[in-house]
Amino acid sequence: MNEEPLMQIFISASLVNNFVLAYFLGICPFIGVSGKIDTAGKMGGAVTFVMLISSMCAYGIHALLVAIDAPFLQLISYIVVIASTVQLVEMFVKKMSPTLFRALGIFLPLITTNCAILGLALFQTNKGYDFLQSIVYALGAGAGFTLALVLIAGFREQLEFAEVPNVIKGTVLTLMVAGILSLAFMGFSGLGSN
Amino acid sequence: MSSQAENSAHTRQVPSSTDEFIKGLWKENPVFVQVLGMCPVLAVSNTAENALAMGMATAFVLLMSNVLVSLLRHFIPKEVRIASYILIIATFVTITDYVIQAISVDLHKSLGAFISLIVVNCLILSRAEAFASKNTVGKSIMDALGMGLGFILALFSLGAVREILGNGSIFGYGLFPTGFQEWVVMILPAGGFFTLAAWLLIFNIIKQKKSTG
Repeated sequence: MNEEPLMQIFISASLVNNFVLAYFLGICPFIGVSGKIDTAGKMGGAVTFVMLISSMCAYGIHALLVAIDAPFLQLISYIVVIASTVQLVEMFVKKMSPTLFRALGIFLPLITTNCAILGLALFQTNKGYDFLQSIVYALGAGAGFTLALVLIAGFREQLEFAEVPNVIKGTVLTLMVAGILSLAFMGFSGLGSN
Repeated sequence: MSSQAENSAHTRQVPSSTDEFIKGLWKENPVFVQVLGMCPVLAVSNTAENALAMGMATAFVLLMSNVLVSLLRHFIPKEVRIASYILIIATFVTITDYVIQAISVDLHKSLGAFISLIVVNCLILSRAEAFASKNTVGKSIMDALGMGLGFILALFSLGAVREILGNGSIFGYGLFPTGFQEWVVMILPAGGFFTLAAWLLIFNIIKQKKSTG
């Protein structure tokens, strides 16, 4: 059992070990959806929500798999749970708020193949977090993901007006900015670890 | 029809199959051109050895899942195809995970959760959906081999650059005499972004030269 205090888990997951900038998880939406601050924020919210639910489910599944002694089923059952959670969220959002559903569009189903979510489930199992710690970990990771996405979207909105050579435009420029952002986030290392 | 394609895949004489193989290496290179499967590319390319191991593991899963998806393409209902593909991929990833653990515990530790994360590598799912589900087994094998090799090459070129600059070594063997100041940032996450950006830049320049010249 892991004894880390909750606040430390949150800070570590959101800033020090930021999922996007330090672990390179969820790079695809990071490059794909980071064009506008507005979309980036909504995407972050949806991802955080799926993270929260799949983290809770992963905790239950892990307990069950330990009980029946079948660790090799871990990966398969995690991915199935994540896929069905995304499906549920999609149906829920469609029913409750058609406006938000249209705004998120194709990115909602694509959350399934976001490695940040499966990564979160695997990391929390490896670290041996209990139920409450898992929830805080998921919230922290989601906050960190949203922060990184919104930050890079802000940069990209400004860079739209910058005059750069044609060869750099697009992915190359985004990656360079991400690298600099990653350097900046290294300044957080040591925070919260006493 | 399918046996013909399989034969040609073995002898590699019919141009169509060879084309499927070649395109993954250069014209449709999964990393540099399609920008797919970025997460493992950036995360485990801090040394040449890690990059090579990760590339081979991904290529293996890609090959096996392409073969199986292509074999089952008439049996999988359209509505549940993505879920079925993910299950197939997850099965092979679990096998790979245990095999790597059996071969080298150290390697398994340094690759960490990224072996399991091959499941959500967009490259594999996109090949299953875009190619293997529509083509014969032989063609799918060639496609997977080409794409896999292209992925390995890309990972290796990233890992080698990062290890040489950041550690002053290649595959753990020292390259430079003492006094070489290591470029530590290349080993850190930021170095991954910069190296990939540099490679993409080189590719873009080559493409632009070709189209104008």
